[in-house]
Amino acid sequence: MSLVFLIFLPLIAALFIPLLFKKLGRIHTGWFVLIVPVVLFIYYLTLLPTTLEGGTLVSELSWIPSIDLAIVAYIDGLSLLFSLLISGIGALVVLYSIFYLDKKREQLHNFYVYLLMFMTAMLGVVQSDHMISLYLFWELTSISSFLLIGYWYTRDRSRFGALKSMMITVFGGLMMLGGFVLLSIMGNTYSIRELISQAPELATHEFFVWALVLILLGAFTKSAQFPFYIWLPDAMEAPTPVSAYLHSATMVKAGLYLVARFTPIFAVSGTWIWLVTGVGLFTLFWGSFFALKQKDLKGILAFSTVSQLGLIMSLLGASAMGFHVDNAAETVFKYAGFAAIFHLVNHAVFKGSLFMIAGIVDHETGTRDIRKLGGLMSLMPISFTIAMIGSFSMAGIPLFGGFLSKEMFLTAMLAITEFDLFSMDVWGLLFPVVAWIASVFTFIYSFYFVFHTFAGKHKPEELPKKAHEAPIGMLISPAILAVLVITIFFIPNFVGKWIVNPAVAAIQPFLYDSPSDVHVHVAAWHGSITPELAMTIGIFIIGGLMFWTLRKWQRSYDAFPDKVSLNRLYDNLMYLSDGGANRFSAVYMTGFIRSYLVYMFGFFILIVLSTLVLNEAFAFDLSDLAPIGFYEIVIVLALVGGTITILAAKSRLTAIIALGAVGYSVALFFVIFRAPDLALTQLVIETISVALFLLAFYHLPKSSKKEERIRFKVGNGLIALGVGVTMTLVALSAHSQKILPSISEYYKETVYSEAGGGNIVNVILVDYRGFDTLFEITVLGIAGIGIITMIKLRLTKKEGQHENK
Amino acid sequence: MRTNDVMLKTVTKVVTFIILMFAVHIFFAGHYTPGGGFVGGLLTASAIVLLMLAFDIETVKKIIPVNYVMLTAIGLLIAVATAGASIFFNVPFFTHAYDYFDLPLFGKTSLHSAALFDLGVYLVVVGVTMTIIQTIGEDE
Repeated sequence: MSLVFLIFLPLIAALFIPLLFKKLGRIHTGWFVLIVPVVLFIYYLTLLPTTLEGGTLVSELSWIPSIDLAIVAYIDGLSLLFSLLISGIGALVVLYSIFYLDKKREQLHNFYVYLLMFMTAMLGVVQSDHMISLYLFWELTSISSFLLIGYWYTRDRSRFGALKSMMITVFGGLMMLGGFVLLSIMGNTYSIRELISQAPELATHEFFVWALVLILLGAFTKSAQFPFYIWLPDAMEAPTPVSAYLHSATMVKAGLYLVARFTPIFAVSGTWIWLVTGVGLFTLFWGSFFALKQKDLKGILAFSTVSQLGLIMSLLGASAMGFHVDNAAETVFKYAGFAAIFHLVNHAVFKGSLFMIAGIVDHETGTRDIRKLGGLMSLMPISFTIAMIGSFSMAGIPLFGGFLSKEMFLTAMLAITEFDLFSMDVWGLLFPVVAWIASVFTFIYSFYFVFHTFAGKHKPEELPKKAHEAPIGMLISPAILAVLVITIFFIPNFVGKWIVNPAVAAIQPFLYDSPSDVHVHVAAWHGSITPELAMTIGIFIIGGLMFWTLRKWQRSYDAFPDKVSLNRLYDNLMYLSDGGANRFSAVYMTGFIRSYLVYMFGFFILIVLSTLVLNEAFAFDLSDLAPIGFYEIVIVLALVGGTITILAAKSRLTAIIALGAVGYSVALFFVIFRAPDLALTQLVIETISVALFLLAFYHLPKSSKKEERIRFKVGNGLIALGVGVTMTLVALSAHSQKILPSISEYYKETVYSEAGGGNIVNVILVDYRGFDTLFEITVLGIAGIGIITMIKLRLTKKEGQHENK
Repeated sequence: MRTNDVMLKTVTKVVTFIILMFAVHIFFAGHYTPGGGFVGGLLTASAIVLLMLAFDIETVKKIIPVNYVMLTAIGLLIAVATAGASIFFNVPFFTHAYDYFDLPLFGKTSLHSAALFDLGVYLVVVGVTMTIIQTIGEDE
């Protein structure tokens, strides 16, 4: 099966979803959807032996060959790992959603179409080797995320969150596109593989740092790094399966993927290391610190996700240091890359389960407000167990997968202190310190999440629903993830060998030739008290103490002013751009057609006359003219008479009839000049438009007094005169000089031989310039629809209300 | 006071058919002599407008129960399909094909894919013109 085809498999499946939903509504649509990620997951599993050997697979679908645009599916350790996450977590999330979303009340067809669209987009992002197709898939993830966050579109918060996430991620995406274009200019190719192979030459290019920063902007916005993280908490308005899938396990990791994928190119740069590690670490701290301020279960998880993404980001930055250290594969610098991927896997597993538990709590109690929750332990024992496993893994407690990667993270941060390039020797000590503080907060909020929900006093009077354990189907997915959390702790090296090492080899080709060269042994116990173990124990003690006293100091978070926050900045920016644009257009959009006509004709006069003058194009040549005949004089008189009647007419009816007369006179001109096609068309058009005028006649308002004002008339007169003069000059000049030979000769020669027709006018319409006609009738169609919407679908005030609930 | 429009109505009944037949003639004549889908469509529309003027919109709607929006869409689809069909024959978008056939009754006849495209134009023109006139006319 072609790999490219597999990327599009979910999208193709999405085509059938509305049909299945309509025809087989009795069966939950999710069951059909489930097949897709399961098939994909199993197929991608069979590719594992290939990447284990360091092998890669390429499958190409040519799209627009003339501009070298193709969709290239490229499978190596890194993209396979992500593909497995996307399909694997995807399958679990779909299974979970079957029980989460009611088949009667919810619009499942919308939901699953968006979800499958996202799956295709995300697979496309991680497998694309061509940067432009990567960019397209990247934006498609933003769009599907927008649609999924806004799934309950009648809620104000949902729409706000959807728009916010799209604004920020699409902004980053555009920046990233700029970076891609710069890279393609530097390397003369759009293929990431080819760019990596010429990485040393790229580093000296003047655009190098620009491309670096722009691509990082894309990665940071998508992966919710400081200061762009603000969209993620608002994205929690999405249904919980979506939060578990897009906003913790996959889409927000696209930025990490991007950084990992481009590490081989940018690792040489100190800017890269500083930015990625620094921003990542700061985000880690910021997210964990503010997670404790949250009252909403999903809010805590959102900030926790922000923080954990920062952790992985900082590890990816540190992994680039291996490029600068001699024989790094044998020193402490080897850990960062491994830890990044390892923690990425761990995070996807435990955070997925935690989100699902938050959804279950919401579903079964009716609230996500942690202040109202408590004491659910005895009522929801299975959920509690799963939540505990997930949280403990997040806190980095032994027996759970997170412990291993968390400790390795500390190892990698300690290693930074030994790094002596890019003035890291001065600031290096900051990294382990910040990492440690952030880890303490991580520990506290993990406990906060699980114990404030499940332990303590049960408050049934505050809950909208009577709390009880979730149906078994809803528990399957989080339970599978929880089992994985524990399994990973006991077989870390198996996971490392099959999944992590191939990905690490793809990120750090400068260290390893093949995955088997990665010698990182994961162990829970190193035989003695290592510095990182000491740090971990410190985290447990301090974190435990602080959690114990949490209620005493949590209030101090209220001291942070709401007025100076990044959210406020975003709101103000949106308000300013929105309002500013509105005020600007209000200046010239008066709502009167006559104003717009004045703009258009004024501009027309200006442009045409100045072109005539600047190019000295005016010419006046009266030779080569036919004599003016009697009929022509008569028709011109009729024309002029008709026009003056329109202007002088007191009643509209007279004006309309006079306008018809003008049109018919023009048609007569066409007859005299032997243009039967034009004459015919003009006649019919004139007939119909007079009829149309008469129809619309009743709807016109009474002539207002304003139109009678002298100044108004003079202004209109000037514009009219200008248009007339301009057209006359253009017509005279066009007649008096022939720069290019007329194309009509070509038409005459080919109309029968090439086009098989006899009437040039019509053959131009349908054949020579068929494109014009096609678009013209399209415009006509749009105009027709426009008139219907204006007249038939006018919103009365009553109907207008449901627009904004 | 009711206007006496017996003459208008009587004449319309005859003239409408003349216009319609002329429209069909103009449409088919288009490729070799003056005419074509655009004018044909306009003529057809004018025939219907004449009916509307002589009788009233409701009556005409009963006589010709056509959804003009649908007609526009069908016309557009035909036009796009004709233009797009060429890519299945591995020639550029919008390449027309034609040949001469000996048909019974008609004798030697030229069949041209441009006529199909013109049919699309014809339908769109009729559809849009009538949509506009009908919606504005019905809006009271």
